[in-house]
Amino acid sequence: MVDAVLAEGLVKTYGKVRALDGLSLRVPEGEVLGVLGPNGAGKTTAVKVLTTLVRPDSGTASVAGVDVVADPAGVRRSIGVSGQNAAVDEYLTGFENLDMVGRLYHLGARASRERARELLREFDLEEAGDRVAKGYSGGMRRRLDLAGALVARPPVLFLDEPTTGLDPRSRTSMWEVIRGLVAGGTSLLLTTQYLEEADLLADNIVVVDHGRVIAEGTADELKAQVGGERLQVTVADPAQLGRAEELLTPLAVGPVVREEERRGLLVPVTGGAARLADALRLLDGEGVALDDVGLRRPTLDDVFLTLTGRSTAEDDAALPKEASA
Amino acid sequence: MSLSTAVSDGFVVAKRNLIKVKRVPDLLVFTTLSPIMFVLLFAYVFGGAIDQSGDGSAYREFLIAGIFAQTVVFGSTITGAGIAEDVQKGIIDRFRTLPMSPSAVLFGRTLSDVVNNVIVLVVMSLTGLAVGWRIRDGFWHALVGFLLLLVFAYAISWIMALVGLLVPSPEVVNNASFIIIFPLTFIANTFVQLETLPGPLRTFAEWNPISAVTQAARENFGNVPPGGGLSTPSWALQNPELYTLIWSAVVLLVFVPLASARYARATSR
Repeated sequence: MVDAVLAEGLVKTYGKVRALDGLSLRVPEGEVLGVLGPNGAGKTTAVKVLTTLVRPDSGTASVAGVDVVADPAGVRRSIGVSGQNAAVDEYLTGFENLDMVGRLYHLGARASRERARELLREFDLEEAGDRVAKGYSGGMRRRLDLAGALVARPPVLFLDEPTTGLDPRSRTSMWEVIRGLVAGGTSLLLTTQYLEEADLLADNIVVVDHGRVIAEGTADELKAQVGGERLQVTVADPAQLGRAEELLTPLAVGPVVREEERRGLLVPVTGGAARLADALRLLDGEGVALDDVGLRRPTLDDVFLTLTGRSTAEDDAALPKEASA
Repeated sequence: MSLSTAVSDGFVVAKRNLIKVKRVPDLLVFTTLSPIMFVLLFAYVFGGAIDQSGDGSAYREFLIAGIFAQTVVFGSTITGAGIAEDVQKGIIDRFRTLPMSPSAVLFGRTLSDVVNNVIVLVVMSLTGLAVGWRIRDGFWHALVGFLLLLVFAYAISWIMALVGLLVPSPEVVNNASFIIIFPLTFIANTFVQLETLPGPLRTFAEWNPISAVTQAARENFGNVPPGGGLSTPSWALQNPELYTLIWSAVVLLVFVPLASARYARATSR
């Protein structure tokens, strides 16, 4: 069986910035690959190379068995792309946007119209379909953009940060839509900054940093690497922070992070509520008073901290702000 | 990709651009209002000073073809600004991931601007008729005059297409084109007789293709005698139709391939 997407050693530089630095990844047919990484990690550049928008400096890539450099037109016949900035023509109505895409896929006038109506229904845009897209909310634009990617029912789909900037409700409804697609057998490459999103949607995840894959596996494998949850503790008296660290370190499944300025500790644990209870008992037994305690799921930041020893926020501050490359 | 596919893709894109003109009429209103304003300003404010012999009606007749030329050349900046906007908003990214004809986006865009220019020419012709301009050499000659204006503007719009693909935002196209195109349309026979210009400027103006297209339109409208009334006109002004066509052909031969090559690499930043 041919892989839906196969990339090996992709390199792309913009001036001095190595946006891709030997990136390799694989999406088996019918599966979902989540490409996880902070801003500027090279996710969007990877999508642009795989969707024939940008030629790599070196390395090879094929989509549905067709080489992206040798036969970009062939690749375009089997892909659908929805970008980070919804590429919706805001002067056209939702219907006109989709109808135009259908015409450009050469579906024919009638089939284009019917497909446009069908997609508007599926994406809950039926009522707004004949209004100009300028008045659409962010979530509606994203849905319209995604619908545009699906007009020709492509076997391979690329979604570049489909939920970045959406409110929680729109995000949830976007996830439902994407899960429906995947259930229909579409192969999908999805980039995201949210571990939760990759966890929910992807079969496999690659973590990308500085244009390279630094970790890969299923969501569970990655989480095991990162530790299941984060126990977040804030002590009442800063003098007791050291004592608290000593007490909690045996519970940790990875390095404990000490955050002096907020009198806090971040302890990677597995076992959830039981571990929280253990921690409280230990601290209480030694008379360490707490201001706050909680358990949270690991975020991309935790994955990063574990894998690279630095947080994504440090990364953003260190690098010149480079618009979504 | 067959030619018929390329043509039908081009029409789909052109239709999309024209829908935008319909929905955002400010653009068309602005491109037609400013030439109407120019007609009125030049005809009645400067006209008296430039044409002291009579009541200004001769100057108004002279002026109209010049304003036509200036306006259609400016109209080509819509191509540049439109393309820059499409790149910025990721619309070009979407087009470039579709299995459509790669030439359709630029051909569709330049085609829709021809339609734009036709509308603008109709509005300006009516304004011209209102201030006393007349077609004096018959319908067919006048049609040739209009066609030469449109062909020349079409060629220029390919230069602007390349500019639109190179700049970071549509505003840059508008500002840059204003600084370059505005003087070019003035150092020409658009608004004044060339005899009034000093030596080097006059030579430049005599070979300025905008002078040639203006002259060609004027002659075909029957608004001036051949040669533009110069005692020793340049070859360009003696053969304004040919000179206009040569310029248009050269511009197209150079800029269609350049813009197309650039399009094949264009992507949002």
